Amino acid sequence: MLVNVKKNTISFRFFVILLTFNLIISCKSTSSYQTTKIEGKKIGVTNEKGENEAITNYVKPYSDNINKDLNSVLAYCPETQDKSKGTWQSNIGNLLAEITFELGNPVFQKRENKTIDACLLNHGGIRAVIPKGDVTTRTAFEVMPFENSLIIVGLTGKEIKTLAEYIIKEKKPHPLYGMKIYIDKNTLAINKIEINNQPLDENRIYYVGTSDYLANGGDNMTFFKESKIKFDMEYKLRNMMIDYFKKVDTIPNITTEKIILE
Amino acid sequence: MKRRDFIQKTAASSALLGLSGVSLSSFSTLETKKITILHTNDTHSHIDPFPIDHPKNPNMGGAARRAAIIESIRKEEKNVLLLDAGDIFQGTPYFNYYGGELEFKLMSMMQYDVATMGNHDFDNGIDGFYAQLPHARFDFVSANYDFKNTVLNEIVKPYKIIIKDGINIGIFGLGVQLDGLVDKKLYKETVYNNPIEVAQDMTRILKEEKKCDLVICLSHLGFKYKDEPEKPSDILLAHKTKNIDLIIGGHTHTFLDKPVIEKNSEGKEVLINQVGCFGVNLGRIDFYLSNDKLHHNQTKNIIV
Repeated sequence: MLVNVKKNTISFRFFVILLTFNLIISCKSTSSYQTTKIEGKKIGVTNEKGENEAITNYVKPYSDNINKDLNSVLAYCPETQDKSKGTWQSNIGNLLAEITFELGNPVFQKRENKTIDACLLNHGGIRAVIPKGDVTTRTAFEVMPFENSLIIVGLTGKEIKTLAEYIIKEKKPHPLYGMKIYIDKNTLAINKIEINNQPLDENRIYYVGTSDYLANGGDNMTFFKESKIKFDMEYKLRNMMIDYFKKVDTIPNITTEKIILE
Repeated sequence: MKRRDFIQKTAASSALLGLSGVSLSSFSTLETKKITILHTNDTHSHIDPFPIDHPKNPNMGGAARRAAIIESIRKEEKNVLLLDAGDIFQGTPYFNYYGGELEFKLMSMMQYDVATMGNHDFDNGIDGFYAQLPHARFDFVSANYDFKNTVLNEIVKPYKIIIKDGINIGIFGLGVQLDGLVDKKLYKETVYNNPIEVAQDMTRILKEEKKCDLVICLSHLGFKYKDEPEKPSDILLAHKTKNIDLIIGGHTHTFLDKPVIEKNSEGKEVLINQVGCFGVNLGRIDFYLSNDKLHHNQTKNIIV
């Protein structure tokens, strides 16, 4: 009798283990639901379904406050400024690089008694077009939303060459001012670099205006990062734009070529 | 006697449990469940619609309109998930003036479920992001940013599992390399780990350990880099991993006309979708799932 009970116990124990084990296996091998069909589409956000009133009302006090500041008209833009038109340069890129020089140089001269030779910003940093029409403070916020400020970096002629090679290799219309790069139209090899219409002097120090983002090596502009000569102008790029818009009546459409294919 | 009694009871309950397991898989009614995924990416603080005369996106976008569309879909569909693939911050004065507060508040009102972090979400520093988190009634996930030595430690988690109508949905996040893109003084001690390797690990955890029925990756890696084919991108991620059902992308502001279907490392289909930027579009992916064994191991019917 006693033996029998023991035997039973053992068989029960196996039963327990077996079942539990089975249960784990059956859970693990397949999850119970499998995808049979997928539908995907893009929904354009238009006013077809109207507006959610709760959101509209919630946003209003925020936007009223901002709009008071931003809607003031500062200048007129006769031609849309767009970064996506042009392989080596764009009108908006030319404009921003020129603004950097025009408003940055007086500050640099006053503070350091030096002159900016060239300016280089980044294509990716231009965040919007300047549409044809009135230019407002808002435009400056849209084009330059970042809180970046002007840094002047000292580069040797040799390092300027690295900078030029970077631009040609990137093949992006980075905003450029004060510099011309002549390249072979087939091989893209650099034939000649000019700064202020003078041939590049490899041993001279040139002062290049850029943003703190790029000066710290952003967009892999390591030539800026490696330089020990840096002057922080504590002047936000967006504020430079706003000050420029206040200064001029009409935004120029600058199409000067900086990268010249020969 | 007591011991035998206990064992007998255990055995009986196990048997019952086993039986119920069998009945679940083979005798219960066949059901199809539908999960609706709505998603955005790179909204970049675009709260107002574009003006009617805007040269690129005239009269498109706007948070209140997006909310109205989401609301109408929620009325029709039972199981809606609302996701974002990063770069919520930066792009309009709303961000410059309020630091992301309004973006998070509106997303909370729209009932976003999960988002991942884009590079621009670091624009006011990791502390600036952290400061706005009380306004977000949704979670952030990032699996390849190691936040251990930052304020986001234990706050931004690698993944989140959401159960909708009995369907387990695992959602993990991946972020782009920060070095060279974001100033170190902004991202501080955040460590970037290889997203492809992390994704292989994540999918194993979500699919095999956590038994997720659907695995979704919120990626801010970028769609594709044709000049740098080795740079981690959504295309590369799809090819080099398995068990991901859907990659919701961002960063490259890619306007896909429809979701892209790629093959994963096992030759199975992965969907990638990205809907441009600035809240101009809302992506919608509907998954139909069945517990009918007949459907298992069949090729999925993908309509895009």
